[in-house]
This record gives sequence, C-alpha cells and structure tokens, in this order.
Amino acid sequence: MSARPSPRRVAHQPGWLERTLQDHSRAIGNTLGALMRRPVGTLLTAFVIGITLALPAGLNTLVANLGRASDGLQDSLRASLFLKDEVDADRGQQLARDLSRRPGVAAARYISRDQALEEFRSFSGFGEALDLLKDNPLPATIVVTPAAKQPQAATEALLKDLAALPEVAQAKLDEKWLQRLYAILALVQRAVLLIAGALALAVLIVIGNTIRLDIENRRDEIEVMKLIGAPSSYIRRPFLYTGLWYGLTGGVVACLLVEAGVLALVQPARQLAGLYDSQATLHGLSFDAGLLVLAAGLGLGWIGAFWSVSRHLRHIEPAL
Amino acid sequence: MADIIHFHRVSHRYGDGPEIISDVSFTLGQGEMAFLTGPSGAGKSTLLRLTALLARATRGQVLVGGQNLAEIKRRNVPAFRRQIGVIFQNPSLLTERTVFENVALPLLIRGHSGEDVGRRTRAALDAVGLLPKEKAYPQTLSGGEQQRVGIARAVVAKPPLLLADEPTGNLDPHLAQDVMQLFMRFNQVGVSVLVATHAVGLISRLPHRVIHIEKGSLEERRKAELMEKTHDFS
Repeated sequence: MSARPSPRRVAHQPGWLERTLQDHSRAIGNTLGALMRRPVGTLLTAFVIGITLALPAGLNTLVANLGRASDGLQDSLRASLFLKDEVDADRGQQLARDLSRRPGVAAARYISRDQALEEFRSFSGFGEALDLLKDNPLPATIVVTPAAKQPQAATEALLKDLAALPEVAQAKLDEKWLQRLYAILALVQRAVLLIAGALALAVLIVIGNTIRLDIENRRDEIEVMKLIGAPSSYIRRPFLYTGLWYGLTGGVVACLLVEAGVLALVQPARQLAGLYDSQATLHGLSFDAGLLVLAAGLGLGWIGAFWSVSRHLRHIEPAL
Repeated sequence: MADIIHFHRVSHRYGDGPEIISDVSFTLGQGEMAFLTGPSGAGKSTLLRLTALLARATRGQVLVGGQNLAEIKRRNVPAFRRQIGVIFQNPSLLTERTVFENVALPLLIRGHSGEDVGRRTRAALDAVGLLPKEKAYPQTLSGGEQQRVGIARAVVAKPPLLLADEPTGNLDPHLAQDVMQLFMRFNQVGVSVLVATHAVGLISRLPHRVIHIEKGSLEERRKAELMEKTHDFS
C-alpha cells in the first residue's frame, strides 16, 4: 500500500541485529517481571520441576559415590594363577615377566613354591603343621594385578586368557564380590538413565501444561496481538522464555535439593566408611553434573514450552 | 488512483450455514472515508472481517491495497494486518497494562526503538486527547475514553487503512460525535476509513458516502434517501 498518512518519518529504524537484541531483551524483561509478580506460583512450579530433576540427579550422585568408593578397593582386585607342578622356576619367572608386559596388566609377580611355603609359614600360623608334611603341598603362583582403569569385561576376558595358558593349572579372581558390586553399579546406572528419561518426559508435561494455562489466561492479549498483526514469533517468544525460566529455576532447585541431601547423608556415610576402614567421604554433585542438570532444565523448559505453544497458539483467532 | 478496498462479487458463509453476505461488490477509494450501515446481522461485521483477513471469502475476490487476499498465505497474514488499524465496539484493551502500554503495542511488535515508541505513542494519545491519562489503567477510564485508547492504538503505527466496527455503539451521542470527528481528522491527513455503524442520525449530517447493506446484499444510498429513512424511524 502506498499512501502514508504522514510522510514525515524521522525515526531511525533499528537494524536486524539491534532489533533482535531489543526484542529479546524486552521479552526477557517482561517474562521475568511477570514471573516475579507472582512468586508463589513460580516457585511452586520450580519446585515440582526441581524435585523431578533432583531424583535422577541424586541417584546419579549416589552411584558416582559408590563407584568412587569401590575404586579404592580396586587395588585388592588380583588374580592368582596357580601353575602346574611341571613348570620350573625359570619358566615361571619368565612367564611373570611376559605377563607384566601384557596390555591390561598392571603387575605380575612370581611366587615360587618355596616362597609360598615361607609366606604361608609366617602368615598363617600353621608353620608347625607344615613341618609334618614330607613334600611342599603349595603350587607356584603368579599374582596378576589387572590395570585399574579398564572395563569389567576386559578384566574378565584377561582372566579367561590367563586361565587358558598351558602353564596354568587354575586361575582365580580374588574379591568376587567386587565384581558383583560393579555389575550392580552398572545395572543401577542403566536404571538411573531409564528413570531420568521417564522424568524428563514428566518435566516436559509439567512445563507444557503450565504454559498451556498461561496461554489460556492470556487469550485476550494473544487475540489483540494477532489482530494488530504481531508476527507469530513475537507472540511465541514470551512463552518460550517463560518455559526457559521455569526449567532453569527447576534446575537450580534440583541442584540445591541434591546438595541438601548429600549434606544430610555425609555424617552417616562417614560412619559407614569407617566400619570398612575406608577414608571415602560423600561427594556432592560435580561441577559438570551440576551444569548438566541446569542444561537439562533449560532444554526441557524450552522444548516443553515450544511443544505447548505450537499446539495451542494457532487455535486462537481474534473475533470481531 | 487504485482503490484501497475492492470487493468483487463476494459471498461468505460460516461452515455450512446460510450466506451472511452474497454477491457483494463495492470499492473504497484511496484516502476515502465511507460509512457502512444496515441493521444488526446484515453482514457489516463480516464485511470488515473479510477486509482484515479475519475471515476469507467463500466466493468472489477481495483486494486490499491491490493485494488479492486469497493469495495471502497464513504465515503472511500478520504482515498484512499490520497495514490496517482495526477498532471494535468493545475496544478490547489489555487490562493489566497502562494506557501507554496498550497504545504502544503496535510499535513494539514492529520493533521500534524505545525512544521512538515513546514519541509516537504520546503523539497518538495527544491526537485522541488522552495524553494526561497515559499512566492510567483502562478500567479507570470512562467508556468514551477507552474507545479513544482503542483508536489511538489503531492509528499509532500510521496504517493507511482504518476499519471500525460500531465504534460509537457504547457511547452517548455527544461522545459518539467526538469519535466520528476523530476519524474525520485522520481521514483529512490521508488515511482511508471505513466505519460500520447503525448510528444513522449521527452520520446523516456528514458529507461522506454511505454504503448500505441489508440481508447480506448491498446498495449505495443517497443522503436524502437516508434522511427520509431516519424520519420514518422517528
């Protein structure tokens, strides 16, 4: 359309970047202001989201702590290879040197039959009983310490290979319970992932529904906006930011809840660790994990809001 | 000069309902002001809805500013509506915002800078005589004042076309006359104006063209005829 009622247009129109920054900062200011005008409702929503996010975050913290505690026990994870009687000491020592150079092996130590007898004599307290025997009943042994940082499956494969060596009569992995603990931890980690997925969906639904109510409450405003020709991106923007704020505050609440939970558990955990002669202490959320929780909150907030907005906004049309 | 509104044999119905308007043709020239009259339910609002693309014609062609509205895609509707100022009988102001904020809305969606928004909004408020009330909330204003806020919002971004649906419907005759005078002032600076009204007495003294619609069909009236009709009523 051509004719402008007033040709006098002194105003400078902001450029694209300037305008985008201006539009976004206005939306940020407006949405933050609106949320702060009703702090109770905002905090309630933040708490619902926070508790939902805190559950997987807390479980994950627990698993991380258990993993850390069990790392301290990993030094005691050793395999004993009992050698066949016909393998002599030279061959045995050679084998130990070969094994220590194998990938996945931290150390391999040869214990001759005589050494084994000595050790047994000094540590077991059955020294006199041994004197009664004519022959040394103990086999020569190679004690293999697997490398600490490797997956459980690799350690097990290593043990299988070692057991299959022609010189080895029998291989035994000490501390079977530690293996079981690792297996349980792996299971729990997987379960935490599943729970996190389900709860992420719950957060999406909570935020989506909150935004839907928000849209419903501001129906008049949306109608007026559409009537005066506001672009849909402009109408959408405040709702998306509101979703972001809900997600972010929910993430902050989740971090606080996990930290509070850890604080409450530190004392009993220390007692428990003391019973196991361990110095392990309970750690809170790591910096990375905390960032991840906040990012999850933000992401879910935005997605939930976008989902709600794209479902409900287009159905609102101005009436005349 | 091209017509700003051009209806060519336009019909409209809602869903499977009866035709609200049938086979209507009329034009509004660039910079012209005209009144749309007729009894309630005759199709005045529908005509305005079709012009503002709040509804689409089921048959016929609607051109606004030379643009065929049937060709405007859904995503381009907002850009089209920004060329039109619309005023309702109920001014539909946002109650949580001040008069200033209500009037500033069309400028904000166009991305005007803060200083520019302030200047233009105050100019529009000044034009409708409500500058002193800029910080008030709409509920604290009288009906006439609220209607003038709605008018300020419709003209603040200086659209080339103003559509008004019963803008004086809730106002006493004196206030109604003020509002009509406002439209005439905007028309004098070049805005095309189409006002739907049944205040026949009010517009009979004005020099503008009257488009009369009855049972969905249209007839143009001469002033005298209209006067006659008014007398018949009284």
